[in-house]
Amino acid sequence: MSQSYNRGLIEDFARWREFEAGMWAWIFHKFTGWVLIGYLFTHIAVLSTGIPAAGAGEAAIAAGNDVYTQTIVSLEGLLLVRLLEVGLLAVAVFHMLNGTRLLLTDLGIGLDAQDKSFYASLILTGAITVASVPTFIAGAF
Amino acid sequence: MAERYSSFQSGGRMWFLQRVTAVFLLVVLAFHFFLLHFVHHADEVSFLASSARMEQLSYYSLMILFLVTATFHGVNGVYNALVNQGLTGTKRTVIKWTLVAASVVLIAQGIRTANAWAGIGLY
Repeated sequence: MSQSYNRGLIEDFARWREFEAGMWAWIFHKFTGWVLIGYLFTHIAVLSTGIPAAGAGEAAIAAGNDVYTQTIVSLEGLLLVRLLEVGLLAVAVFHMLNGTRLLLTDLGIGLDAQDKSFYASLILTGAITVASVPTFIAGAF
Repeated sequence: MAERYSSFQSGGRMWFLQRVTAVFLLVVLAFHFFLLHFVHHADEVSFLASSARMEQLSYYSLMILFLVTATFHGVNGVYNALVNQGLTGTKRTVIKWTLVAASVVLIAQGIRTANAWAGIGLY
C-alpha cells in the first residue's frame, strides 16, 4: 500500500540534522537526477556538431579536420572537462545504484535494510569512481 | 527502518513507466559508459569512429531508444520532483508543456545527429 510523507521543503537547510538515511538518499537521487538531465541536454548540444561535420569533405573527415572531431578533441584536451567527466561518472553511478535500491524497495525486497543499502550505494559509488579515474584522465596531460 | 521516500505516487502509470525505463537505462547507460570510456577512450573520438558505430542498424536503434527513454525518464523525473515540491495550477500546466516541448526538441536534435553519423539523408 502506498503512503505519503510530509517531508517539508528540502530548502529548509537547517533541518538537515533531522534527516535519516532515506531522506539523504532521496535528496541525493533528486540532485543526481537534475545533473543527469542537465547533462543530457548539454551532451546532445555538443554532439550536434556532427550535423555540420557530415557536410565536410571526405578528406577533411579522414584527417579529423571536421568541426565534430575538432570540438570533442579540444574539449577532451582540457583537464577541467576530464575532471567533470569523473564527476559525471560518480553522479551516474550513484543514481544507478540508488535507483536499483529503489526498484528493489518497490518490489518489497530489502525493506529492512534500506539504510544499509544506501550506505552500500555510497561506498560502491566511491570505489567505482576512484577505480575509473586513471581511465578517465588518460591522455589529458 | 527508514521510511520510503519517492517523488512518485506509487502505482500510477507514470510511476510504472519511470521504473520500466529505469531498468532499460541501467543496462544501456552502463554499456554506453563502458563502450565510450573504457573500450574506446575519450581522446580517440572522431567523426569517422562515431559514424562507423552509428551505421550499424542495431547500434543506431539502440541509441535512438536510449535517447527517447533517457529523455522521458529525466523529464518525467523533473516534472514529478516539481509537483512534489508543490507545483500546481497554471504554473504546473505551463511547466508540463514546456518540458514536453523541450523533450521533443531534444529527441529531434538527437535523431538528426544520429542520422548525420549514420549517413541517412534526413538531417
